[in-house]
Amino acid sequence: MVQLTLPKNSKITTGKTWPKPEGATNVRKFQIYRYNPDAGKNPSVDTYFVDMDKCGPMVLDALIKIKNEIDATLTFRRSCREGICGSCAMNIDGINTLACIYGMDEIKGDVKIYPLPHMPVVKDLIPDLTHFYAQHASIMPWLETKTNKPAKEWRQSIDDRKKLDGLYECVMCACCSTSCPSYWWNGDKYLGPAALLHAYRWIIDSRDEATGERLDELEDPFKLYRCHTIMNCSKTCPKGLNPAKAIASIKGMMLERAH
Amino acid sequence: MSFRTDRQRAVGLGAAKSGPEHHWHMITSSIALLILIPLFVLSFGNALGGTYEEVLATYSRPYPSIIAGLTLVVGLIHFKNGAQVLIEDYVGGLKRKFTIIAVNMMSYTLIAAGLFGLVKLAL
Repeated sequence: MVQLTLPKNSKITTGKTWPKPEGATNVRKFQIYRYNPDAGKNPSVDTYFVDMDKCGPMVLDALIKIKNEIDATLTFRRSCREGICGSCAMNIDGINTLACIYGMDEIKGDVKIYPLPHMPVVKDLIPDLTHFYAQHASIMPWLETKTNKPAKEWRQSIDDRKKLDGLYECVMCACCSTSCPSYWWNGDKYLGPAALLHAYRWIIDSRDEATGERLDELEDPFKLYRCHTIMNCSKTCPKGLNPAKAIASIKGMMLERAH
Repeated sequence: MSFRTDRQRAVGLGAAKSGPEHHWHMITSSIALLILIPLFVLSFGNALGGTYEEVLATYSRPYPSIIAGLTLVVGLIHFKNGAQVLIEDYVGGLKRKFTIIAVNMMSYTLIAAGLFGLVKLAL
């Protein structure tokens, strides 16, 4: 349900300002959300200064530099550093994106970094994605077949394979779902753009034989129809995918079988 | 304390097996309103500012009164369906159910009252 103000214990306070690097001439200011559940304090925003002459071009480079050289307690997820794993998804300069492929030259002024919005925070920039992953699992993200297994492989034409382009590339970073107001307000029931994009990926797969069952599972005012075509998902997707179009296609298929 | 698994929480009570009809009604009523509202504005605009007798004469003719009646019915049904989605978005629990019932009642009452008024004017 809608919640327009943060709970008392989630209100953000001003945190520590770390000293500027000595002798640096090209310094950039970073304001980063900090929260430690063990400290029993409200979240705060710490200020860091990074010498840009000794830092890589991406936001993740700066975060790693801060962790290595300024404040080792700063916590964030990262792995591949090339937009494939989806681990470093966070809200940078008001946009949900991957820190590893978001250049600092794209940001004007101070760099403000928060965890993905409207998710429980585990620590600092790490959101709790347990429910998000469970929703993904609930759409059965695997090939469902009833015909006997072929001797070699399930065959697919080039044209049918092309239908999966723009869908299979999703890395489940959660940028889209956490940018969606419908997911903020009703995320307990609404599957969100990421899970629905994956659902469509399997619905449209020519080899899958559970299309009807998959549509049955989505035929729900909350699971699917909370999408109001706000399009934040498509705007924010760091991989340039279009979950809103996938959701619209599912709705189209629902109408096709009903009328 | 609850020992429900994450997957159980995500699946909840399963799919309600409804939604496409509501979606379809929203689409069809939107298209109908796209046609009806300009026609209504034009016909109502002719009567606007007229004397009581002139308005009565306008709505005694079938075209303006039928257009007004259709706009009223389709518009309020569209409003009812749209408001239901809005309430589902922003209101939770028992309040949600009561608010939806109230909006439904209000919409049907307005339809009935509007049609009654139009019929009185037309006949």
